[in-house]
Amino acid sequence: MAKKNGKKTMPFEEPLIQLRTKISELKEYTANAEVDLSSEIKSLEDRFSKLEEEIYENMKPWDRVQVARHPERPTTLDYIPLIFNDFIELHGDRLYGDDEAIVSGIASFHGQPVTIIGHQRGKDTKENVRRNFGMPHPEGYRKALRLMKQAEKFKRPIICLIDTKGAYPGKAAEERGQSEAIARNLVEMAGLEVPVLSIVIGEGGSGGALALGVGNQILMLENSTFSVISPEGAASILWKDSALAQTAAEAMKITAPDLLEMKIIEHMIPEVRGGAHHDPQRQAAIISEAIRRSLAELNGMTAEELIDQRYRKFKSIGVFSE
Amino acid sequence: MAMIRDIFKRNKDSKEATIPTKSAKDVPEGLMTKCPSCKEITLTKDLDKNNKVCPKCDHHFKMTAYERVNSLLDAGSFESMDDHLKSENPLGFPGYTEKVQADSEKTGLNEAVLTGTGQLFGHPIVVAIMDSHFRMGSMGSVVGEKITRAIEAATERKLPFIIFTASGGARMQEGVLSLMQMAKTSVALKRHSNEGLLFVSVLTHPTTGGVSASFASVGDINIAEPKALIGFAGRRVIEQTVREKLPEDFQTAEFLLAHGQLDAVVHRASMKDTLATIVRLHTKGAVTNG
Repeated sequence: MAKKNGKKTMPFEEPLIQLRTKISELKEYTANAEVDLSSEIKSLEDRFSKLEEEIYENMKPWDRVQVARHPERPTTLDYIPLIFNDFIELHGDRLYGDDEAIVSGIASFHGQPVTIIGHQRGKDTKENVRRNFGMPHPEGYRKALRLMKQAEKFKRPIICLIDTKGAYPGKAAEERGQSEAIARNLVEMAGLEVPVLSIVIGEGGSGGALALGVGNQILMLENSTFSVISPEGAASILWKDSALAQTAAEAMKITAPDLLEMKIIEHMIPEVRGGAHHDPQRQAAIISEAIRRSLAELNGMTAEELIDQRYRKFKSIGVFSE
Repeated sequence: MAMIRDIFKRNKDSKEATIPTKSAKDVPEGLMTKCPSCKEITLTKDLDKNNKVCPKCDHHFKMTAYERVNSLLDAGSFESMDDHLKSENPLGFPGYTEKVQADSEKTGLNEAVLTGTGQLFGHPIVVAIMDSHFRMGSMGSVVGEKITRAIEAATERKLPFIIFTASGGARMQEGVLSLMQMAKTSVALKRHSNEGLLFVSVLTHPTTGGVSASFASVGDINIAEPKALIGFAGRRVIEQTVREKLPEDFQTAEFLLAHGQLDAVVHRASMKDTLATIVRLHTKGAVTNG
């Protein structure tokens, strides 16, 4: 796979890589040769920035899926120190264990104490094994709920960062009640007396994502996805061919712009050009601003208003005729 | 040697890995019905009288929503609601509208759940009964909406809510809208619960995916029918993920009971009595009087 700035590039970025290589070849050539190619280089560079704009401004759903899954895409633990101060991680569900596929704790946001809960995947194999590829077991969801209840006691807002392919489909997960753990979170989140802000930062895979998603507002990063099933899964069930994932990604309407249009999410958070992994620092600042704006809207609401608003939000989702 | 042993082992494995899912199709309209579990052939008429439970091996056949109404509620007490809601095709999936239409004609239901009010030995309840003969009981917008409205009717009238679940999970053709029905039904359940009202979930074969991971698992009391398949992820997906053989009874009602995930497994013959007693024990004044 070609590298650009040391980052893994994606197929839809190929034309850019080719052009960039050509430009640097020309530059190298002029440095050692007598000919002046600066006007040619200039025109290629103009073409490059035009192409860059064209490609990144017209990303297809499948392109966004690839960005959402980019191995270097910033994770919950990347964002926390860039957005919050004084983060202290709190572990364990007090029932079975500590699921490292979910990270949670307390911190301050512009001086306001908050609770943060987020899926955590790894960026390399070793960390992915430790984090179970960001796919939680029931104890992960129960830890999340424990900390949500704690946040409620101390009247601090809850910020959930969603980034998972889904809840883990394993034997132990079933034995310990994966279904119940997710279902319990959905019901209990409905009744939380504090603001809940859910932000999809990568993949939002099915019930395992929704278990952190019953927020007063749902925000999605521009290149994140939220879906009932992965494009590959949908393709293999609908057309018996997982190679049609690209088609499924479009048909299933899983991208942030799609969900915004369907009024399932409140806001889409813009990403730095090409995706969050190009500049995590700047991306964190954009997310931070989005959180500030949303909390400003929610902080003034009473417990009753918050519960009522959450109720109305989810109650209204669905398309049917009477 | 080992290879020869493997051959025999694999045969055994594949038999064990099979969970009867086609039983709906295996029930002919004919005079006799063959039990998919013990192969016993019973007069269909006798089977119906026995609440569609095999008299020989106790296999619980799938029931349609109306069969459930008839076997459970006081005669003539059921009044359905929201039969007028119609599914749309929000993502424009080719053939989806036609499939829903065909299942609607086949089952006489507008969608994969029948909701309404009824009585259990005179105790009024609100019920929702999912029907796996309609798009595998999958939950799209209308299923979510009907269940939500049923819960709200129960909240408004201060009645217990009882749901019979039978579903393969969220309906793919409605995409993320289906997923969000899990949240929608949950916010309604929370309101019902806050009023101190009773919610009983009866999990029947099969209850999986998004339905298992929402209302089906959060009853004040969760009971299941014998041998019902209940789980979050599909057996094949899990076997591929963990690369190990799963026990034969994996994800059955009895397995869940043993793992602390259910309050009880109740035979269909005593379902009405059990539910009526539970409702009575949650009705003010009814215990001392009854």
